[in-house]
Amino acid sequence: MTTETLTPQDHGAPDMDNMRKIAMWAFLGSECLFFGSLITTFLVYRTRVGDGPSASDVFDIPFTSVSSFILLMSSLTMVLAHYSSVRKDWRQMRVWLLATALLGMVFLAGQVFEFTEFVDHGLTVTTSPFGSSFFVLTGFHGAHVAIGVLMLVATAFMSYSGRLSDGEGMNVEIIGLYWHFVDIVWIVIFTVVYLLQV
Amino acid sequence: MATVNPPMEAAQSDAPSRTGVWTWLTTTDHKKIGLLYGGSAIVFFVVGGIEALLIRVQLATPNGEFLSADAYNQMFTMHATTMVFLVVMPAAAAFTNYFLPLLIGARDVAFPRLNAFSYWVFLFGGLFLTSSFFLGGAPDGGWFGYAPLSSQLNEVVRMDYWALGLQIVGLASLLASVNFITTMFTMRAPGMTLMRMPVFAWMALVVNFLLLFSLPIITVGLIQVFLDRNLGTLFFDAANGGDPILWQHLFWLFGHPEVYILILPAMGIVSEVLPTFSRKPLFGRSFVIFSGIAIGFMGFGVWAHHMFTAGLGPVAEAAFALTTMFIAVPTGVKIFNWLGTVWGGSVRLATPMLFSLGFIAMFVIGGLSGVTHSVAPADWQQHDTYYVVAHFHYVLFGGAVLGLMAGMYYWWPKITGKLLDERLGKIHFWLILAGFNLTFAPMHILGLNGMPRRTYRYPEGLGFEFWNFLATLGSFLIAVSMLVLFWNMFRTWRRGEVAGPDPWDGRTLEWTISSPPPEHNFDRIPVVEHEDDFWYRKYSTADDGTSVAIDPPPDMEVEPEANIHLPSPSFYPVLTGSGMFVTLMGLVYVPWGLVAVGVGALITMWGLFGWSMEPITREDH
Amino acid sequence: MSDSPHVYPTPRDYWLIALILAVITGAEVSVTYVSALDSVVAPLLIVMSAAKFVIVVGYFMHLKYEKKLYRNLFLIGVIAAPLLFGTVLFTFGVLIGS
Repeated sequence: MTTETLTPQDHGAPDMDNMRKIAMWAFLGSECLFFGSLITTFLVYRTRVGDGPSASDVFDIPFTSVSSFILLMSSLTMVLAHYSSVRKDWRQMRVWLLATALLGMVFLAGQVFEFTEFVDHGLTVTTSPFGSSFFVLTGFHGAHVAIGVLMLVATAFMSYSGRLSDGEGMNVEIIGLYWHFVDIVWIVIFTVVYLLQV
Repeated sequence: MATVNPPMEAAQSDAPSRTGVWTWLTTTDHKKIGLLYGGSAIVFFVVGGIEALLIRVQLATPNGEFLSADAYNQMFTMHATTMVFLVVMPAAAAFTNYFLPLLIGARDVAFPRLNAFSYWVFLFGGLFLTSSFFLGGAPDGGWFGYAPLSSQLNEVVRMDYWALGLQIVGLASLLASVNFITTMFTMRAPGMTLMRMPVFAWMALVVNFLLLFSLPIITVGLIQVFLDRNLGTLFFDAANGGDPILWQHLFWLFGHPEVYILILPAMGIVSEVLPTFSRKPLFGRSFVIFSGIAIGFMGFGVWAHHMFTAGLGPVAEAAFALTTMFIAVPTGVKIFNWLGTVWGGSVRLATPMLFSLGFIAMFVIGGLSGVTHSVAPADWQQHDTYYVVAHFHYVLFGGAVLGLMAGMYYWWPKITGKLLDERLGKIHFWLILAGFNLTFAPMHILGLNGMPRRTYRYPEGLGFEFWNFLATLGSFLIAVSMLVLFWNMFRTWRRGEVAGPDPWDGRTLEWTISSPPPEHNFDRIPVVEHEDDFWYRKYSTADDGTSVAIDPPPDMEVEPEANIHLPSPSFYPVLTGSGMFVTLMGLVYVPWGLVAVGVGALITMWGLFGWSMEPITREDH
Repeated sequence: MSDSPHVYPTPRDYWLIALILAVITGAEVSVTYVSALDSVVAPLLIVMSAAKFVIVVGYFMHLKYEKKLYRNLFLIGVIAAPLLFGTVLFTFGVLIGS
């Protein structure tokens, strides 16, 4: 985000990539605790359904499996976008970035559909602690995906102005790290929240 | 300003870039941001102090009539919230911002604009919390916000202010921690290996790791409290299957590391001051560093000792009692290392040294009473009594605040170029030490006699009168001592003795440059060959172990580097922060506040967009 | 610190890795439908999702090829989360899969 004189040998050309990666990995380490807290809350409340539906009443495993698969495959397109950016193949990179964003949006659409289905079955945030913790956990994951989609689209468009080639603006690799992290959180959620509860 | 006296005029013309509101709003200079943190912390210290005095006036006599129960609840909640989140944490952030780059030989932090953003988010969060006094009443559910006290929806919005305010102040600290961690791993001067980093920098590193990994937990808890209040979720609603104990876990999983977040910077400062004023290297330096790291790790493993009375079961209670006893070991190691540093040194009892020694003494008392809490059955007796209040004021005031004041006296000449008056400094020290002990020592007795915390009055005839009266007297003595400090600061800012680059015969890199430091910090980035590098440029060690001044003294003037890149000022951090402030204000008053949420979100987006499009470096300095 | 940046895998490798991930996901969903495996389904699922986790982090986030510092920063979070929250779940009498 800035440039600084690092060492006498290294006038005005600090290793910004290194700094950004350290910052991103530290942030992702922190995010582990964030999602850990949400998942823990869910596990404490997973059977506290009150008069409302339980996990096995509402979960549609085949549907969620497909949307999980879509998010998983968006990691492939993301890493291919990064590969193209390393080779400075900007056109290719934009294609893969937008493909990743599209897959992310499909996942989000699936989540919206799933949420409305659950609400139709009588499960809302106010039904039971199970409902509260499920919607808040998956909702915050969805918010992370949405932010990722915004960053992907913004990066794809910013690349037209040539800013990426200067190493300024947002960095495809950094966004990639974020995106893959959101994906691995879903890997955990899919197993712990969905598959283990039905 | 035509009639100002000559010295003031000179001072201003010397530093034209230091004036002007716009300069401060857009600064990305770590030193200016450090000063902003420090100034804010002092203002909030006055606010929190006044809250404390009001509490003490209410408790001075039995059946106090000064505050209503409602006002009292707001006072003790906001006193603690203010002192923890708006005083001690930003004061530590002030020193970290100002001195971390200087101590490791860097020209700024890794992400200067993010750094400015952290400050503005913190400031807006602090103003947000404090503004609640004028907008329907301040938070009144305790600084720990135990559910369901915090999560029940009342007519008023008080705990919304608390939940959102802490959230945003936490965000500021989280971003700052990412920034400082990156700085320490990438921007150390050549030769400044990790083990050669000054101990203050090390403690800052541990603190920022604690912040990084504990804040996300409280973030989730606060989200849940906020949603329980505003969306009707059932996280902590026991009547519908929610579990308030979960809140206690989430809070103390953050809250106990937080305790070390508050104390470790002070330990770092003391580890810099004691060697300087004893003219000896820190005794067992690597032990002090590794103890700090051990405290960092173990600090995550003791949270449930705050919950001994919550009914966790004998296994958990025994385990947490043991970990709590063990964490006293690395702390004890440090105490002995500090004593070993002073032992046999050529001790100068200047004000920073007095505060450091005061820190050690008071912290030992507070640490020992803390160990008594680790015994679960004893803790059941002490829980929620004034004994606990006495304990944590001994570690947080006697420890953290005295340590931070040592740092203030120590580094003031570097920041302002003027020495604080020693005579007034010593008066301040002895007054605050006496006032502090007069206030909090009686609370041990009150607590063991059964006086409960957080009750706004007590009846006559329980034997509480005398000790409470003493405590109130002591609290006013502390207030008087602070007036002495403010007078000292005010007087010496303009007319103090000029300090020069190295007034204390210092050991670390910040003393190699002028006071106050130039904007680019170092004319030439230093090359470090030794821990306490500056000392060994000035002194060689004789055969008998004594230090001998090198003759002639080293010349600190160096040819400035030709191209020094400094970060440009930026308006976007403060803009983005203000957008978040508007969003928060709107969130308190859902649903009609959603308009403000939208406006705030737009401002935030504008700020972030401008930020990401802005070129980074200003013209060569 | 081992510095060996920029020896990342090729697109071919990435497609192969994605295929492996897809297969594991298929296996995960399948085992939940096999009633004969009911008693071991929890450990199976945890092992398989952990494998996916490690593959994505190691290859897609190419942590395998990066500085140890990055790995350690992330690892603190990855290790701390189950330790701390496992203890919390223990005090609630809830452990994963029970």
